[in-house]
Amino acid sequence: MSDYKALIEAVIKGDIKTAVAETQSALDADGKARDILDKGLIAAMDEVGGRFTKGQMFVPQMLRSAKTMKECMTLLEPFFQEGDITPKGKVLIGTVKGDLHDIGKNLVSMMMEGAGFEITDLGVDVSPENFAQRAKEVEPDIVALSALLSTTMPAMRQTIEALHKAGIREKVKVMIGGAPVTEKYAQEIEADSYASDAGSAVNKAKELLGVS
Amino acid sequence: MGSTMIIVGEKINTSRKSIEEAVRKRDATFITKVARDQAEAGAHYIDVNAGTFLDQEVDCLCWLVETVQSEVNLPLCLDSPNPKALSEAVKRHKGEAMINSISLEEDRFQSLLPVITSQPCHVVALCMAQTSMPTTVEERVQVASELIKKLTDEGIPLEKIYVDPLVQPVSVDTRMGIATLGAINKIMNDFPGVNTICGLSNISFGLPERRLINRNFLALCISYGLSAAILDPTDKELMATLLAVEMLLGQDEYCENFIDAYQNGRIGRG
Repeated sequence: MSDYKALIEAVIKGDIKTAVAETQSALDADGKARDILDKGLIAAMDEVGGRFTKGQMFVPQMLRSAKTMKECMTLLEPFFQEGDITPKGKVLIGTVKGDLHDIGKNLVSMMMEGAGFEITDLGVDVSPENFAQRAKEVEPDIVALSALLSTTMPAMRQTIEALHKAGIREKVKVMIGGAPVTEKYAQEIEADSYASDAGSAVNKAKELLGVS
Repeated sequence: MGSTMIIVGEKINTSRKSIEEAVRKRDATFITKVARDQAEAGAHYIDVNAGTFLDQEVDCLCWLVETVQSEVNLPLCLDSPNPKALSEAVKRHKGEAMINSISLEEDRFQSLLPVITSQPCHVVALCMAQTSMPTTVEERVQVASELIKKLTDEGIPLEKIYVDPLVQPVSVDTRMGIATLGAINKIMNDFPGVNTICGLSNISFGLPERRLINRNFLALCISYGLSAAILDPTDKELMATLLAVEMLLGQDEYCENFIDAYQNGRIGRG
């Protein structure tokens, strides 16, 4: 099967039953797991992200599509050989210190995973030191910071400073987002990018790393 | 004119472009008009929020307090997560302010305690604890009862506490509406005399037709016992829903508020 139209459609619709069935029949027809992932699942999530940004799809559908993709992934996983999947990039993400909000961060994580990035999610209330420490361990391409309060935004600046102190600022791209965050603020604290929602976060990540 | 429910007018928030510009330019005429419009539409408190100004928040918030109260004779709801901004703003406030808000987050509680105990005020108590957001009714009520105890221990009367049960979007989890509603109901029953309050917009995050969702959520909140709300009183459809629902719940003797609003053109077309 060289086109995965039915699979893509099912993922976009969030129809787990059909998507899983389509994935299985693709595998049965000797389809390569890598192909099914790239041309089926990731292609579908790209479409979902685009429609979301255009206001044609909404948060609940995004969640449903992401869940659908995850179910299909469990079928594909046994077929991936060691080193078969090279993720588009590695992303370390978290909500900054003092802030417990995670809805936006979770949406961004989900969409980035759907796009083929490898995500390490540090959760909420993550100190600058913790970000730097984990960044040294994980060696991400992108460090993504989320904040929902004007009072916790300064922690974004502190986190960038912590990355400098740890000697790794040059090795990563920093992306920030969250309701009170702005493009202007990103420039002020010398972040590499700002994204206003989960859909555009994926595009910005791809831009930063020069991947498609 | 009026409602049973306590209304906090939400419009003076610098996350709205026109308000942000007016504050930046110190346009007192613009700000006092927005305040007056809300007062005339039935607000009991006027919320002021300058959170988007970051380092300049303290100055901007103080300016808002002085500007609004120079023309409008209402108490204000001082809205900020920044204890410094709140403590400075309350000094300039005439009469008893509503402080929005305190929570169980350790730093926030400790730094706001002197602010709320140094003069009589009303306090919005947000059901947020140190480590995570509540997801169920039980978690919310648990945090609420801890907060209420800590505040009343400090001498804050129960009637001056407005518990915000934390509203989360249904787009992310469709149980979030009923979680808030259940919490409101339980808190009002478990602590007779306490107030509950919430804003409406979180519930509809991530969905289209947000105004529609918000005003239906308001109707549900009222029926579950919510005693105060942070909303836009100049939104005619929203206020019409509020008055209709209060009347339907037997809270409007002789349907006076509803009929009065209708005869004064505040309900209905035109």
